[in-house]
Amino acid sequence: MSLFQPILILSFAFLAVFGEATLSGPRDWLGAQIDLLPALMIYAALNADIVTVSLLAVLGGLWFDSFSANPLGVTILPLFAVGFPIYLRRDLILRQLPFAQLVLGAAASAIVPAVTVLLLLNGGKQPLIGWGSLWQWAVMTAGGAAATPIIFALFGWCGTALGYQQQTEMGFRPDREIRHGKILK
Amino acid sequence: MFKQKNYLALGAVVFVAVLLLSLPTRASARLKLAVGSWFLPLFGLAGAAQQLPADLADSVLPRRELLHEIDNLRRDNQQLREQQIQSAAIARENDQLRTELGWQRLAPWRLKLANVVMRDPANWWRTVQIDLGSRDGIQTNQPVITAEGLVGRVSAVGLVSSQVVLIGDPSCRVSAVVDNAARDLGVITAGGPLAGGPLGASLPELSYLASSANLKPGQDVFTSGLGGVFPKGIPIGKIIYGQSVEGGLASEASIKLNANLGALEQVWVLFK
Repeated sequence: MSLFQPILILSFAFLAVFGEATLSGPRDWLGAQIDLLPALMIYAALNADIVTVSLLAVLGGLWFDSFSANPLGVTILPLFAVGFPIYLRRDLILRQLPFAQLVLGAAASAIVPAVTVLLLLNGGKQPLIGWGSLWQWAVMTAGGAAATPIIFALFGWCGTALGYQQQTEMGFRPDREIRHGKILK
Repeated sequence: MFKQKNYLALGAVVFVAVLLLSLPTRASARLKLAVGSWFLPLFGLAGAAQQLPADLADSVLPRRELLHEIDNLRRDNQQLREQQIQSAAIARENDQLRTELGWQRLAPWRLKLANVVMRDPANWWRTVQIDLGSRDGIQTNQPVITAEGLVGRVSAVGLVSSQVVLIGDPSCRVSAVVDNAARDLGVITAGGPLAGGPLGASLPELSYLASSANLKPGQDVFTSGLGGVFPKGIPIGKIIYGQSVEGGLASEASIKLNANLGALEQVWVLFK
């Protein structure tokens, strides 16, 4: 099993969480921070193995919660709840279509924060939610949807540029070539 | 076998999540700090990257502009020195009067400057991380301010960084007093119709005011000193509008904060 893809996905998750905590551009311009982990989970669920999907949920969730006032571990389950069903049914999904990636990214980016907030409320926490949260939810959904095809394209480019290329079997084999010519006696 | 592997992964992830969520608060906080420390090398890189354009800009600044800036700073410095002398005289007089009346003397504030290094990536909390920790003497519940006014309080302390919960977060409630004749008392909470949204962060609510509170737009709001966390007299913001609630049994007001919580770069941690 090649470790290139899991390392690439987890490194991207690490940098994405760091970027979300330090870059406040989307928060200043749109009033909400866009979370890239759900979009990344869609990519992992459609292209990586179950170990990578699980590691992304656990490590991504841990990294996200370590910067946040969330209880540690609360983001793990929503991320995995999005990634696991998609992983199980990924053969039925047209993963190469940007529109399919967009729709899946939007759904994941809407579901993950909603489930996280539900878990927080269920755990007795008081997250800051009100009518204004609907706007933030819409921004997160739209941002995650837009980010998903970009992540697919980025990982596709990284795979081509940095990963090992799959050897394609050629129809022509020199050792099986029938040579025509004069029969030497 | 294929299915078994998937369900093993499902079981492992659920087990890890439940284990983490059921950790005691102290262990969870320590683990959080340990996981957060993985990012320390990136903070160093980000700091250097941010410093680079500033250094480049400094190196190409004209000499005339620098001299002009020095002149302005000297003038400001002179004014501040005069104000400091006046303040010291007023403080001495205040101490003397307090002694004569038998009141306890006020301890002067000590401040420590901190850089805001990151913000909460989750949209449903209002917290930031600062680059001061327990090795700098930071403790939980210390007030955090800017030159404009109150920002929040320290909620968790690591070795080299701390988490500050900002005004407007549900876990940062501040006892406040309105600067009017009746000195109406209330509590700054995270409520309001726009709570959670981008505007809600800078417009928290002053709740639990008396029904007879005389609220007018533009009135200043300060910390009341009640509750023991925030000292008395730190400016918080101004009233935008006030209204009766609970069928006229109480009042509440919407507050425009003095400090711009969306653009915090440096803050002061207050030591009592």
